[in-house]
Amino acid sequence: MHIVVCIKQVPDSAQIRVHPVTNTIMRQGVPTIINPYDLFALEEALRLRDWLGGEVTVLTMGPPMAEESLRKALGIGADRGVLLTDRFFAGSDTLATSYALAQAVRKIGETWGIPEIVFTGKQTIDGDTAQVGPGIARRLALQQLTYVAAVQEVDLENKTITVLRRAEGGVQELKTAIPALITMLEGTNEVRRGTIADVLRGARAELVVWNAQTAGITDVSNCGLRGSPTVVKRVFAPKPRATKAVQIEVGDRDMGTIAEDVIARLYAVQPALEAALLRTAAAY
Amino acid sequence: MSTAPTPPAAASRAGMKKELPERFKSYKHVWVFIEYEHGEIHPVSLELLGEGRKLADKLGVELIGAVLGGNRAAMQDAVVEAWEYGADLVYVVADPTLEHYRNDPYTRVMTDLVNNYKPEIILLGATVLGRDLAGAVATTLLTGLTADCTELAIDDEGSLAATRPTFGGSLLCTIHTLNFRPQMATVRPRVMAMPGRTKGRQGRVIEHAANLQEFDIITKVLRFLPDRNSNKVQLAYADIVVAGGLGLRSPENLQLVRALAEVLGGEWGGSRPLVQKGWMEAERQIGQTGKTIRPKIYIAAGISGAIQHRVGVEGADTIIAINTDKNAPIFDFAHFGVVTNAIEFLPALTTAFRKRLSVNRLAS
Ligand SMILES: Cc1cc2nc3c(=O)[nH]c(=O)nc-3n(C[C@H](O)[C@H](O)[C@H](O)COP(=O)(O)OP(=O)(O)OC[C@H]3O[C@@H](n4cnc5c(N)ncnc54)[C@H](O)[C@@H]3O)c2cc1C
Repeated sequence: MHIVVCIKQVPDSAQIRVHPVTNTIMRQGVPTIINPYDLFALEEALRLRDWLGGEVTVLTMGPPMAEESLRKALGIGADRGVLLTDRFFAGSDTLATSYALAQAVRKIGETWGIPEIVFTGKQTIDGDTAQVGPGIARRLALQQLTYVAAVQEVDLENKTITVLRRAEGGVQELKTAIPALITMLEGTNEVRRGTIADVLRGARAELVVWNAQTAGITDVSNCGLRGSPTVVKRVFAPKPRATKAVQIEVGDRDMGTIAEDVIARLYAVQPALEAALLRTAAAY
Repeated sequence: MSTAPTPPAAASRAGMKKELPERFKSYKHVWVFIEYEHGEIHPVSLELLGEGRKLADKLGVELIGAVLGGNRAAMQDAVVEAWEYGADLVYVVADPTLEHYRNDPYTRVMTDLVNNYKPEIILLGATVLGRDLAGAVATTLLTGLTADCTELAIDDEGSLAATRPTFGGSLLCTIHTLNFRPQMATVRPRVMAMPGRTKGRQGRVIEHAANLQEFDIITKVLRFLPDRNSNKVQLAYADIVVAGGLGLRSPENLQLVRALAEVLGGEWGGSRPLVQKGWMEAERQIGQTGKTIRPKIYIAAGISGAIQHRVGVEGADTIIAINTDKNAPIFDFAHFGVVTNAIEFLPALTTAFRKRLSVNRLAS
């Protein structure tokens, strides 16, 4: 079985700072990580490979330095890393990104065998859109399985897959055909630590590096800024609130008195509150 | 929707203007995808009708709902509700293949509706269902989609200006879909206010055939397991929410948060680290990557008020923050502050509320 996992290298957003005057992101020195959501996808792929045999190819699109994330993924246990990098991809929105990645998945299929499953994370932590997974599925006409909590069964002979999927208000058990695209829900598995052998292999491995042309993209007008229907017109900082909190006096008053004070203030700004609370209390 | 818009590039493109291609000029009206499941409309769709109404009025066009489902008769309530919340017209697609949500048939039907009736704007809830559908529909139509918008407006040229947080909420960006139609956007539940309902308000309805056959749809729903505790889902819609953060110091102290929520008949939740530490389930996380809430009262105990938390609670009418650090960022946006130890103060507040409520109950 062949599985492709799409990952993205993202800035460690816990450490992002915004320049107070220019409103630009201060990227210098911000470490990059594999998008945390993608790790659950990678782990699920490795789990399936260990169970059913086969190979896991990790694919990322990004600047040349994104190869670091591929090496990390190999270090966790993936078999092959493919970096898709080209200035034509700069400025891609999710539609253009899904186009480029879909083309690369196609090329991966031609080169090493058509994948039965393509995985992505649920979303990224920098874009947060959750749109690239569905985009790839649609472009490759794969069955789309988003927010998957568990892969229950893969039947390679009959080419079916059964998954549990998080839906509104409950969990769906879905059965569909492979090839399929799965976006994996977070916290659904325990991401393994690679063996020392894997880590060494990851550091030394020869990565596959494609540009638009070698990935088989003939029409670059679908890529980058030109292939992106959306345009970012303005970036700005959120408006701070004009007034700060009114501090309730604490001093050496006892907790009960302070609590009474808080309740009085609350009832004063929300006159209907007390009656509403009494109604709920009465309903018990 | 841009994966990660880079401000400098954005600035240089700000002046960019494109003429809308001829084939898109007939695209008109504002649509809301009415999320209808298990016999009910998801409240986010009603919030979007409120927002869509404003956009449609600004453009001088109609507000139209699209509702898909399995049983036409049962869907009539949803149609009436859509009218009463502001829709002028509702497209109804009833077909057995649409009984339970599945990406493929829903995407086909929505794409077909768009190609037939040509809307200029489509709004969907950024729910699990809405996100699954929006991404597939936008890709099929090769148009722009902006996720998780916090503000929607019409600019001077009549195009949709969709604003969303970026870089973990530290910045906002406004995104346009310049030369494609429809312009698509998703909005998370509770980000927009619930509009008023005009009982008896009526609109038109157009039935549209799905033209689908079950044997043509590859994905099958074997089972649906409803969430055991349906309360969990109520967090976003609770009138009163009490939440705890790392300042509570131990998972046992979450009991203090629960006790206060219970006396107030409200819901409880917490900041993200509590989920990461396994103190509570992800369903209860409040903030940018958790639930957006809009309660009348939000009580935050031992929460610092990081931007990612803030964006999820700013819609609350009154925020009360309890924190030992008088400089905690939460006091920048809370309405009332108590600089004290939450572990001692929460029980006092619970007792005081309980006392007031029982005394007044006896009196009334
Ligand atoms: C991409 C991304 C997404 C995120 N999404 C979310 C999200 O959706 N929701 C979210 O909440 N966070 C989110 N975060 C995390 C966020 O940045 C903060 O780290 C988090 O909100 C902090 O949680 P906290 O306030 O509980 O803990 P801390 O920041 O550690 O704050 C604890 C507070 O408790 C106070 N305190 C200590 N002891 C006491 C006491 N005894 N009594 C009263 N006060 C006390 C301290 O003064 C401090 O202010 C996200 C982060 C990233 C990078």
